[in-house]
Amino acid sequence: MSIRERLSGNEAIATAMRQINPDVFAMFPITPSTEIPQYYAQYVADGRVDTEFICVESEHSSLSACLGAEAAGCRAVTATSSAGLSFMNEVLYVAASSRLPVVLAVACRALTGPININHDYSDSMAERDSGFIQIYAENNQEVYDNYLMAHRIAEHPDVRLPLMVCEDGFITSHAIENIELEEDDAVKKFVGEYHPENYLLKAENPLAVGPYGVSNYYMEARVAQAHAMMNAKQVILDVAADFEKTFGRKYGLFEEYMMEDADIALVIMGSSAGTAKTAVDSLRAQGIKAGLIKVRVFRPFPAEEIAKCLVNAKAVAVMDKSEGFSGCGGPLFAEISGAMINEDKRPKIVDVVFGLGGRDFTVKAALSVYDRLIKIAEGGELGQVYSHLGVRT
Amino acid sequence: MLEIRWHGRGGQGAKTASQLLADAAFMAGKYVQSFPEYGPERSGAPITAYNRISDERCPVHSNIYEPDYVAVVDETLLESVDVAGGLKEEGAIIVNSSKSPDEIRGLLKGYKGRVCTIDARKISMLCLGAYFPNTPMLAAVVAVSGCVDKKQFLKDMEESYRHKFAKKPQVIEGNLKCLSLSMDSVKG
Repeated sequence: MSIRERLSGNEAIATAMRQINPDVFAMFPITPSTEIPQYYAQYVADGRVDTEFICVESEHSSLSACLGAEAAGCRAVTATSSAGLSFMNEVLYVAASSRLPVVLAVACRALTGPININHDYSDSMAERDSGFIQIYAENNQEVYDNYLMAHRIAEHPDVRLPLMVCEDGFITSHAIENIELEEDDAVKKFVGEYHPENYLLKAENPLAVGPYGVSNYYMEARVAQAHAMMNAKQVILDVAADFEKTFGRKYGLFEEYMMEDADIALVIMGSSAGTAKTAVDSLRAQGIKAGLIKVRVFRPFPAEEIAKCLVNAKAVAVMDKSEGFSGCGGPLFAEISGAMINEDKRPKIVDVVFGLGGRDFTVKAALSVYDRLIKIAEGGELGQVYSHLGVRT
Repeated sequence: MLEIRWHGRGGQGAKTASQLLADAAFMAGKYVQSFPEYGPERSGAPITAYNRISDERCPVHSNIYEPDYVAVVDETLLESVDVAGGLKEEGAIIVNSSKSPDEIRGLLKGYKGRVCTIDARKISMLCLGAYFPNTPMLAAVVAVSGCVDKKQFLKDMEESYRHKFAKKPQVIEGNLKCLSLSMDSVKG
């Protein structure tokens, strides 16, 4: 039986962690993720969990401590944001290539500079090549549910990769909204215990972790890692199917909203998708065939599946909430363009970079993008393929 | 759906007030949002917090530009912040002040809707013996907006206080008195 509650995204993550009761939580605080270890410290103090809660001296160390724990066969977690995630960069790659399924909660926040504490995806997008699975959430409910699924995906024998559970800094992390929580016992049963096949100090089969990989082996290891990422897609769907059977809420690799007959569509992520859905509703009420795709799983990227969903649209705007500085569009645009490249029939696609450093994204702003798409769909000019929304001149 | 915007100064608890209002509406069975607008936190700097209260989950996650109600926790903000900006004329603004609504209206840049005041300091000092503007402001917003039934609100808050102040039961009565007195003391 679900429990009706109201919680912020951060408290929702901390609650999921408490219910899972991981072996190790190595923590270092940074805004806006700090509340996650803060809530967790209270659970430790109150004796509600028996996690080894380690306060370390940096994010590089917090993830390193998680790696050590995971290599020893423990379930380890941490949380971070922004510069904290950047500081983990080196260790992210070690976690992924060592196939250690750490679960990392990221309250996504802009990177410097100028210094800014608010939301965009410049931190998580900068780590899109690290080998972590990345799952994004529209609201507190989704971030809680994603967290409940995270360990099972990451620890699955076909995957064994670390995973980032991403929420929008402040917009989700600090907003209190209604949420359906699940009973502690039901969560524990769903997530299960972690019994890795191999670990560092297993007496019958001791293991070396992180050895040098000479050229004759390195590439095989990398390809095995790439296959694990490809395998993750099916595992994410399988875990989501079991989640739906157990708790009743349905998730896929992405969400299609009014896409069946859509002429115009946004491809968007996170909390902004909710705001854009309201714009879709108002356009539909006027008889305009608008829709949107909300990308939930960014790594592995569901390229074929999204392409199938977009081929019949006439005009699409990819909404990038990080700049990327490629000079020709943000990271989501690159993925979507790549996904469409071999389709014979495909829509006109533009990239709209928006919402950087917490710049508010409103229903009105979403409508302005759809307005542009209506004109493109009618055969109007494409205009700038790569542009920025709502910038003062 | 009701949309409410709170104006306060860092440290005065406008964010907490918006969370308390969300709690009250949640307890009354509603869907709620309570979120602050964050910048670099400085004690005394103007801050904004928001509420959405509705019968269905609200998917919008932007700030609120055309609120139904505005609550101003610190009247000195009237000089520097356009607190009534975008406020719907069929709504109302509730200002923490010992002044009359007519005196306040003159400071609101032509807002034509309902202007209410509540002397949160006086009520707080009387009931709680110290200045906590949140409790009177929360009660005033409930009274003016009608977002929650008044009787239900008092009942839910009593339960909430019994839980929250389990180790300090002596403060429960003062807080409840503060709520009911505040609801009856709104001017305008």
